[in-house]
Amino acid sequence: MIDKRVTSVAEAVADIFDGATVMVGGFGEAGSPIELIHALVDQGAADLTVVNNNTGSGEVGLAALIKAGRVSKMICSYPRTANSTVFPELYRSGRTALDLVPQGTLAERIRAGGAGIPAFYTATSVGTPLEEGKEVRTIEGRDYVLEYGLTADFALIKCLRADYHGNLVFNKTARNFAPVMATASKTTIVQTMEVVTPGELDPESIVTPGIFVDRIVTVDNPALESELVARGVSYPCRSGCRGTRWLQELPSIFPTGPM
Amino acid sequence: MAARAALDIPDGSYVNLGIGIPEKVAAYVPEGREVIYHTENGLLGMGPAPMEGTGDPELINAGKRRVTAVPGASFFHHADSFVMIRGGHIDLCVLGALQVAQNGDLANWSTGAPDAIPAVGGAMDLVAGVNTIYVITQHTTRTGEPKLVESCTYPLTSRGVVDRIYTDLAVIDVTDEGFQVVELSPGVEFEYVEERTAGELLPIPDALREVK
Repeated sequence: MIDKRVTSVAEAVADIFDGATVMVGGFGEAGSPIELIHALVDQGAADLTVVNNNTGSGEVGLAALIKAGRVSKMICSYPRTANSTVFPELYRSGRTALDLVPQGTLAERIRAGGAGIPAFYTATSVGTPLEEGKEVRTIEGRDYVLEYGLTADFALIKCLRADYHGNLVFNKTARNFAPVMATASKTTIVQTMEVVTPGELDPESIVTPGIFVDRIVTVDNPALESELVARGVSYPCRSGCRGTRWLQELPSIFPTGPM
Repeated sequence: MAARAALDIPDGSYVNLGIGIPEKVAAYVPEGREVIYHTENGLLGMGPAPMEGTGDPELINAGKRRVTAVPGASFFHHADSFVMIRGGHIDLCVLGALQVAQNGDLANWSTGAPDAIPAVGGAMDLVAGVNTIYVITQHTTRTGEPKLVESCTYPLTSRGVVDRIYTDLAVIDVTDEGFQVVELSPGVEFEYVEERTAGELLPIPDALREVK
């Protein structure tokens, strides 16, 4: 019997340990597993190395995890998105380290890590400051830098629909890094808007096969990062409300409940 | 500049447009040409922005703005998206620049300022992998410094990759001999452009002038 469902986001992230490497899906807010990240804020694991394309925005989602001081190192390609204010402050004060990786190299390092390929050569970054300290090899007259595969202890990703074997389909450009992160992590934790019975997803349309997925938790009405940021919301909220019903505890901001 | 660059995009091209002015190129592609736009966050067949207040927050471009998907569009994950880029499957990329050197070196991701947060995104992958690289940029900085230079002083994005530059003053090819003017903007004299260019600037060849 294979059933990867867990009952809560708290249970889903309960075993993430201090010092873990955590890949977090999402490109900006598209595909960002906000509820899993907030559960990780509450869970308390620290000294994390986080892999994501960006560094979050406002004070929710990934930015909330960074603001809580849980992230000692970010591996990302673009930590300078609009409304990204938390990371720059911690970076400048030396409290969060940055490993800057070109976006395609980041994607391929994760893909390679998941595919059991320890390293590869790429022309990306040759002749630039990001080449420094890396092996360069000339292959058929062109220079390439050596890049290493990247793996993680955990991946936190978001999908549109899952069956309880862990087969996943995504929503539009929310797919981004999630499928490769699922392959590269020892434990892949998925928040989905809907869980269906195996057989209900068209096998031809499954993007991530269940073999790459370990836990599934349903978050049927996920928060939208840009709306939270526009309303100036923090996680946990300024009066301390947290958990899965934190938005309902913000009546002045959400008079009719969450979006 | 965007309108001028759009004239040079061939029918049937797969094109990646950088953030900012390059994004505007799509609006000017001449009628009758079919061009498919790629955005590196996982969409081939990107359409224009949706009406204000509509669209899907999870259907965005590389600049994280909401876009649409045209009929025939496809979604894919990041590794596949950069297979398209790194593997040479994207025909053309239009990017902004901080500096372009006369040998085609491009600097467009960092001024190297000590307190800046370094951020590179997909720029290095695009210029290393895409076959043809067009740059759209003002000819000089806001303080009048040349952006077309003998060699870049800002950190490089890649070496020797720029093919053509569209500025407010001219259309310029990067050649083995230096910056080759192929077209001057209306009312602009060669000498005016030359004074605002730090590298070797070559006037429009007579052969090209006669064709015009």
